[in-house]
Order: sequence, then structure tokens, then C-alpha cells
Amino acid sequence: MYHPTVARLTYRALLGRRRALILCALPALLLVVAAAVRAMNGADDAVTSQLLGGFALATLVPLIGVIAGTGAIGPEIDDGSVVYLLSKPVSRPSVIVTKLIVATGTTAVFSAVPVLVAGFILNGNSQQLAVAYALAAAAASIAYSALFLLLGTVSRHAVVIGLVYALIWEALIGSLVPGAKTLSVQQWALALAEKVAGSGADVNSAVALPTALVLIVVVTVGGTLFAGQKLRTLTLAGEE
Amino acid sequence: MSPDRTPEHPTTTGPAPGQATAPAHGRTATAERGQDVIHNIGYRGYEGPRLGRSYARRALFTQSLRGSYGLGRSAKSKVLPMLLFATICVPAAILVAVAALTKAKELQVGYAEYVLLMQPLLGIYLAAAAPQAISMDLRFKTTPLYFSRPMERSDYVAAKYAALSAALFLFTAVPVLIMYVGALLVKLDFSDQTKGAAQGIVFCALFALLHAAIAAWIAALTPRRGFGVAAIIVAITVPYFLVTALQGIALTSDNSSAIGWLGLGSPGTLLDGIQSRFLDGRSGFPDAQTLTGSQGAVYLAVFVALVACFYALLLRRYRKAGL
Repeated sequence: MYHPTVARLTYRALLGRRRALILCALPALLLVVAAAVRAMNGADDAVTSQLLGGFALATLVPLIGVIAGTGAIGPEIDDGSVVYLLSKPVSRPSVIVTKLIVATGTTAVFSAVPVLVAGFILNGNSQQLAVAYALAAAAASIAYSALFLLLGTVSRHAVVIGLVYALIWEALIGSLVPGAKTLSVQQWALALAEKVAGSGADVNSAVALPTALVLIVVVTVGGTLFAGQKLRTLTLAGEE
Repeated sequence: MSPDRTPEHPTTTGPAPGQATAPAHGRTATAERGQDVIHNIGYRGYEGPRLGRSYARRALFTQSLRGSYGLGRSAKSKVLPMLLFATICVPAAILVAVAALTKAKELQVGYAEYVLLMQPLLGIYLAAAAPQAISMDLRFKTTPLYFSRPMERSDYVAAKYAALSAALFLFTAVPVLIMYVGALLVKLDFSDQTKGAAQGIVFCALFALLHAAIAAWIAALTPRRGFGVAAIIVAITVPYFLVTALQGIALTSDNSSAIGWLGLGSPGTLLDGIQSRFLDGRSGFPDAQTLTGSQGAVYLAVFVALVACFYALLLRRYRKAGL
């Protein structure tokens, strides 16, 4: 199912040019803020949790997910060059799976790793917070990649829809409205963080861990299957 | 005057003056192949009144303003602006209805506070409108056409910035007016509401000026719409969430004097501070903190500096010949 050439092309599309700048700028921002907060406040578990949960997991990870997930396929469909890929004897689902793996890898590298480093900067991994949030970010990046990859195949306005979803649903409604929390990738990831983090750490998720894991798997597998299906019947639209 | 305005002399510069009658040319073209001629077909220069720079500026302003609501564009591009416009107006009407049903003395949410609550929607609207007004001209290379008119670069920038600000102002001021009219209809205190609404309108203007300047500059950097949309949303929301998180941290770590200074870090919190200090609004900062006197002055200075700076950057962007 994994096709090395497709993967190589996707990597080059993802990390080339200006997209890579945004991908690097966001984690850099997190690290700078983490260092500044540590210098001002000293190590503090509550502060670590606030910054990693309130900013990194709520804003940073979805944003990177949007950029990597839609960027893995969106531009190709947009400029029509996906035809050359689809006309090759490579099955459509395997194209999607390859792109999903690449997108997940990119998202994880650019979100989970900085979160881990930021966690170590902020409180030196006390209460396992750094590891917990890094794991949560990694889990979230799988679900986000599948979700936004699907979005990239469904709509030409995937970036806008993805950003609206990431910022309004995940960052705003997912943190405020209780009912919506069950349907937010962020909360599923937090459930994982809650399990890993020490008992003294104040990490709370709205969903139980088994539910969260099931939901992550359902979204990832469902999204990938549907995206593969969508790619099999893709119609190329012209310039609006 | 110029020879091309004299159709009564159909002179041809070809070497065959004997065959210069008009119908003969088409039929005998094969015979004259290789002998190039230039015909005077009577083009005339325009000598009527010219409407000039200010007219071009006004026309570009109205066209851009209409375009940012999808007017004069395809039905498909009307959907998003109109949908967002409806979404921002409906809660205002609901607030009035709630005030009428509960017989409250004042509206649940203040005028400026309402605009701040609606920031995500405003961000989406701006991210859709700014690249449409600005990036598309770069993408389809229409800017050289504009600049070949009497219009100067500064006119183009002024018209586009004014149109974007006006679009955003309308977008925020209409719900404020809905709340105001509704408040008067349910007989809330007239002088209180008038003062509040006036302050709300001032806030809308400040909000529009700052956000339009930022969005216009970002949109002018890229000819690609998708990239512009993403960059504007990121530039407006990421600092806001970051500053809000940092303010929360400052509050929990008993460092609450820093909250006001941190608020300078993002457009949203900057405006929030200004409205709570100068426009009698409720503060959205943690602990509902308002600014001290010196902080208030710095906030205003930063606001003016940001608008001026982004406008200057926008002008600078259009100074280069190549675009």
C-alpha cells in the first residue's frame, strides 16, 4: 500500500517553498514562547499544562494538520497535475494511504516533537507532562491528517474549510461548549494525555480513553477509505 | 491635425496607388501578396471630457466594496459573504428578543463586546474578502491595466484599503445598529443605549481600520487566493490564542500586572483593551482587568503605529515596477 515514489513527490510538495516556512514558523513560535514563559515564571506544572493544552494542542496541532493534510493533495488537484499521478498503474487507495502516511509523519514531526521539547523547556517533564502532550499531539496528528486529506479530495476550498474547522470548532467550541467536546479531535487526544500524565497534573478530557481511541481509529480509517473512494471518481474542475 | 483623423483621404502607403479603391483590395489580395500596405481605416482619438483620477479612485472603491459582498459577481461568490453576514446579524436580533422577553434593563452583551465575540466570523469574512479584492488583481495581472490609467499607485492602495475597511465596518456596524434599534423598540433607556451604540460604532471603525490594514498587506504579498486566505486567518487568530493563553498563565502565576502589557501582542486583544479603557466596554481579559492610564496611552499609540505601518508597507509593496 505504501508507494515510495508517491511518498517522495508528496514530501517534496509539502516541504518545498513557502509551505515549509509556515510549518517551521509555528513550532518555532511555540518554543520561543515556552522559553520566555520559563524564564519569567520558572517551572510550573499548571502553566505547562495551560500553554501546551490551551495553545499547542488547541491551535498549533490543528493548524499544522490543515497545512500538511490539505497540502498533501490539494494543490495537485487544484492545478490538475494529479491526472499524471492517477494515470499511472498505482491504485487510488494506495495513493491515499501513502499520502496519509506522509502527511501524518510531517504533522507529527512539526507538532509532536516541538511539543515534547517545549514541555521539557517548561517544566523538565515533571508529571510526565511533556511526554503526555507529545503523545496526544502525535495521536491528534493522525486523525487530523486523515480528516484534512479527505477534505482535500472533497472540496477545492479545503484550506478554508479546514482552517474554519480547526480554529472555530477545535479551538473555540471544542474548548467552550461541553456537548461539542465529545466530537473534537483535541479532546480525544487529551484523553490520551490524561492517561499518561501523572495524577497530580491537571489534565482533563471530556471523553474516556477507550471512546477516544475508538473515535480516533474510526475517523482515521473512515476518512482514508472515503478519500480513496473519492479519488476513484474524481472529476477535475476548471478555473472558477 | 494628426493624419489618422482624416478618413476622407484614404491614402495607402502601398506602392500600387492605382488599385487603392476599397473593395478591390480584398479580392486582389493574392495579386499583391508580399506588398504590405497600411490602410487608414479612420480611427479617431477621444476628445470628450475625461473623468480623471478621483473618478477612477471612486470607481475602484465602489467596485471593490461591492465585490467584497459578492455583488456584481457570480451567484456562487455571493454565498459565503451573505451567509456570514446573516450569521453575524441573527445573534444580535436574538439578544434583542431575549431582552424583550426577560424585561431586562439592558442588553445581555454590550455593543463593542458583541463585535469582539464575533471575531472568528469576522476573521473568516476578512480572509475571504481581502484576497478576493487584492490578490486576484495580481493573479490575473490586472494591476498593470489599472496603472496604465491616470490612477496612481497611491490611489490604488487608498481605494482598496478604504473599500476593505468600509466592507468590514459595514459587516460589524449593521449588527450594532440592529441591537440599537431593537433596544429602542423594547424601550431600554434611550440615552444609555445611544451612548453605548455610538461607542460601539466607533469601536467598529477602529476594528475595521486595523484589521483591514493587516489583511490588505498580507493579501498583497501573494497572488494565490488559498495562500492569502490561510495566511490572514493564521495571522489574526494565532496571536490572539497565544496572547489569551499567556494572559491566563499570567493570572494563575500571580503576575496579573503583566496581563495588560501582554494584550498588546495581538490585534484582537489590543482592541479589547482599547474598548474597555476608553469606550466603557466590559473587558474580555482574564479577571476582567482594565488598563491603567499609561497602558491605555501605549495601546492607542500602538494602534495608530500599526495602522500607519501596515499602510506604509502596503504602499511600499506597490512601488516596485514588476509586481
